[in-house]
Amino acid sequence: MEIVVASSVAALTAAGVYLILRLRTFATILGLALLSYAVNVFLFSSGRLAIDLPPILSKYGDAGYTDPLPQALVLTAIVISFGMTAVLVMVALGAFVESDDDKIDMDSPDETEEGNAP
Amino acid sequence: MSVTIDDHLLIIIALLPFIGALVPGIMIRAGRNACATFTAVPTALALIMLLVKAPAVMSGQVITAEIEWLPQLGLSASFFLDGLGLLFAGMILGVGLLITLYARFYLSGDDPMGQFYTFLLLFQGAMLGIVLSDNILLLLIFWELTSLSSFLLIGYWKHLPEGRQGARMALAVTGAGGLAMIGGMLILGNIVGSYNLTDILKAGDLIRASDWYMPALILILLGAFTKSAQFPFHFWLPHAMAAPTPVSAYLHSATMVKAGVFLMARMWPALAGTDAWFYIVATTGLVTMVIGALIALFKDDLKALLAYSTVSHLGLLTMLLGFGTPLAAMAAVFHIINHLTFKAALFMTAGIVDHETHTRDIKRLGGLRKLMPITFVIGTLAALSMAGIPLLNGFLSKELMLEEAAHTKWAGSYYAVPVMATIGALLSVAYSFRFIGHVFLGPVRDDYPSKPHDPPFGLWAAPALLVVLVVLIGLMPFLAEPLVKTAAYAVTGGDMPYFHLKIWHGFTPALYMSGFATLAGFILLLMHAPLDRIWAAMPRPEAKAIFDRLIAALVAVSRRISEATHDGAMSRYLAIFVVATTALGYLAWRDAGMPAPTRELLPIPPLVFVGWILLLAATVSVVFLHRQRFLALVVIGVIGLTISVGFVYLSAPDLALTQISVETVTIMLLLLALHYMPKSSPIESGTGRRLRDGVIALAAGGGVGALAYSFMLRNTSTISQYHLDNSYEGGGGTNVVNVILVDFRGYDTYGEIIVLGIAGLIIYAVIEALLNGPAARKLRNADFSADRSRDRHPLMMVIATRVMMPVAFMVGAYIFLRGHNQPGGGFVAGLVISIALLMQYMASGFAWTQMRQRIHYHSFIGWGVLVAGLTGAAAWLYASPFLTSLYGYVKLPLIEKFGIGTAFFFDLGVFLAVLGAVMLMLHSLSRIARFAGETVNVEPMDYDPSDHGQAEEKEN
Repeated sequence: MEIVVASSVAALTAAGVYLILRLRTFATILGLALLSYAVNVFLFSSGRLAIDLPPILSKYGDAGYTDPLPQALVLTAIVISFGMTAVLVMVALGAFVESDDDKIDMDSPDETEEGNAP
Repeated sequence: MSVTIDDHLLIIIALLPFIGALVPGIMIRAGRNACATFTAVPTALALIMLLVKAPAVMSGQVITAEIEWLPQLGLSASFFLDGLGLLFAGMILGVGLLITLYARFYLSGDDPMGQFYTFLLLFQGAMLGIVLSDNILLLLIFWELTSLSSFLLIGYWKHLPEGRQGARMALAVTGAGGLAMIGGMLILGNIVGSYNLTDILKAGDLIRASDWYMPALILILLGAFTKSAQFPFHFWLPHAMAAPTPVSAYLHSATMVKAGVFLMARMWPALAGTDAWFYIVATTGLVTMVIGALIALFKDDLKALLAYSTVSHLGLLTMLLGFGTPLAAMAAVFHIINHLTFKAALFMTAGIVDHETHTRDIKRLGGLRKLMPITFVIGTLAALSMAGIPLLNGFLSKELMLEEAAHTKWAGSYYAVPVMATIGALLSVAYSFRFIGHVFLGPVRDDYPSKPHDPPFGLWAAPALLVVLVVLIGLMPFLAEPLVKTAAYAVTGGDMPYFHLKIWHGFTPALYMSGFATLAGFILLLMHAPLDRIWAAMPRPEAKAIFDRLIAALVAVSRRISEATHDGAMSRYLAIFVVATTALGYLAWRDAGMPAPTRELLPIPPLVFVGWILLLAATVSVVFLHRQRFLALVVIGVIGLTISVGFVYLSAPDLALTQISVETVTIMLLLLALHYMPKSSPIESGTGRRLRDGVIALAAGGGVGALAYSFMLRNTSTISQYHLDNSYEGGGGTNVVNVILVDFRGYDTYGEIIVLGIAGLIIYAVIEALLNGPAARKLRNADFSADRSRDRHPLMMVIATRVMMPVAFMVGAYIFLRGHNQPGGGFVAGLVISIALLMQYMASGFAWTQMRQRIHYHSFIGWGVLVAGLTGAAAWLYASPFLTSLYGYVKLPLIEKFGIGTAFFFDLGVFLAVLGAVMLMLHSLSRIARFAGETVNVEPMDYDPSDHGQAEEKEN
């Protein structure tokens, strides 16, 4: 099971990294979405894997539980990464509408240089 | 935080100006008089409190007050008041009051007066902080604050380029000196082992014997010299004269420039007494005194003349402190008082002349004696005092200075210092007489830019009061003696020889030097016209040009560096970042190695295997399909859902719920955004580049996967057991994840809902800016009709979503309520309700839904944060820390007894904030749709089968 989770994290990370290195905003957003999956699963796995041991306290004696702390952290991380994705999407959209272009690299530095009045 | 206070008043004195700074900005609405009055109130209060403490300090006590701040760093908010502090604090507050009065009449109706007084009080607070600090780290903070607040004050007239440039120059020079001083102070603190000034002052011998004495001395002096405009850093002061005159009078004669002198006086017991101190400080002071006086003589701008004369007098003070003898230090203290009185009066006089004649050019003035008799008397008395004419206070301290200079030996020479000091005095006489002669005496002219006459009482009251002091101290020096003695005692740390301030000391060398200087100075002034021509023809280094060139060179270098490294190629930064991170991870692994695995692998059932293949396939497809954007989004959805299923399997029901709902919302958002963006990406990178990125990606992915795998195989000790043990007892819930969120780590959650709220507001603001900017026109003209479905509001969907809405709300409420004990909670419930609402938007259209919405989503965010915050704050009522939770059981009729805790309300806040943020984001996006010409349906459906007949009738 561990190998399944670890390889999934690896695949998601690799795909995410490849996509954020693309030259268009949309690919970058997709890449970041994949990376946030990867990071969330990675953080979650730091609590070690457990099957059928949800951290819901049982009324009947000593049941086993999985580690609840990474789950709590990942839960907020999922929501926050949604917020961040939303902001990014909006910035990308704004940039596209303003400049009719969704490239993420500037063309070359000398085109953007401005006069330096003393 | 522990507070040990010997005296509450001291802390109140130090805080009053800062508190007071909040007021003028508001009071300006009540008029200029009210504004000035409310500026004067905190200053006057602080002054009264200071006077209450004065008798104790005069009798030799040192008053202290301390609040521990960061004891680990040796930083405490500790203040102390001794003679030197009393003298300076009195000057700062006293002159502050006069300046407040003066500025009320000086500033014109167009100037934002509330702003001015706010800056003034901030500056006053910073200055007071310097002179009252008992901790050198605290002192440094106030030191930098004076640089900042003086920057604001110098640049107060924002429309004047000289003002802006002068402010920038002052900030650059004094700020750089301040940085050097931080280094010096840290060394000093290290030598002594304490950052408390009182400890440092007692450890003078230890400091002077240390190997680090020289670096510390030089760094601290750099700070003091830049602040007090000592040569070669003097050039910023004249440029700072672009400030309004009240600022010049306050900062550049009475207070800020004296901060450097204060620091040297303060550090005198710790640093003075060595050859290095004498040669560096006394020589710098001497050179500054002569050069400043020389330039002052040839300046035509009244304020520039006064600025250079201030430079010269600051040099005099520095020189006296540099002599390192107790009597010289005493002379310095006395001259600080005298210089304050006559120079502030002179600046105000210059301001009055400028105000009335509309020029400060000496060449265009003259003969004002008859036109402005009151100003003439004030200005003349002050200038005579500056020249050192007997019966005025300037004479007394100048005699003391010459007396000290007369028996100071410099590098084996008995003549160097006395001769230079006499030359300085001579030049000082010349420019002082010039101030009187060329401005007030001479024939009345008829070409003044404005018809001059004496100003209203409010404008001349402040300088007049100062001149009264000039004369009083001049005639009766014994009045000032107790204060001078107390302050000098504080400077020298105790060992003062007997002395007595008096007018007549007999026929001493100082008297001859002084007499010669006065006479020669007068003669020099008579020859001013030809000398002025020679001076004008002489090549001189222009400090501002040098400074500007230096800054330009620095800017060029920084620009080259940042352009080489920051060229706007985002994908390159990201590649460098990923490679560097992966390499660091690899290095850490290579050096540290790994312990043996301690956990057994879990089995892989066939179903999981299928899910795994699905996930991998979907991930690979995203990479290959990313150019077809719509398809890529669908596949991303598959990945998200697979991960949710994985969470369920791996005992994380809460995560699964959250992931599913977030997934839904994210995809909707991306779909909406994609509507306005290109539907596919072109192929831009070549094979080489794609290969390179592929290698980087595989390395990064492999690294992260290996890391995850290797620690999943090993057990480490965690703090989780604590949460499991205390969840029910302490938090009142059996869903440990939810209890952690709303209780154990409630503070984190509180922060996160705020972040989410901010994200929502950012999106709202971005859209707002977009729709009000030039892009709006593009949007309006863009044609999106090709993507549009013909049946935009299908019957089935409209009906289904409406039927489902109450059900969805019920589910949301259920998930919310059970969250504390079973999977669920505020986050998930917020998302579920958002989805229910979103479906209405999608099915029935934006405008239709909007018309039925009663509450703004902004307010959801606000209420959410507020409810969560208030719940947390309620714990204070029980004297518990923020966010401590309470719970108990409630019995309502008809239903079972149930537990309810403050965590419920906190979770309610989370719910509201999440709902508000998510809805605000999507709502903002859909506003673009409306803007981009999407038609608004008034009816819920485009095609309503119930009035089929009517529609046909219409068509017919």
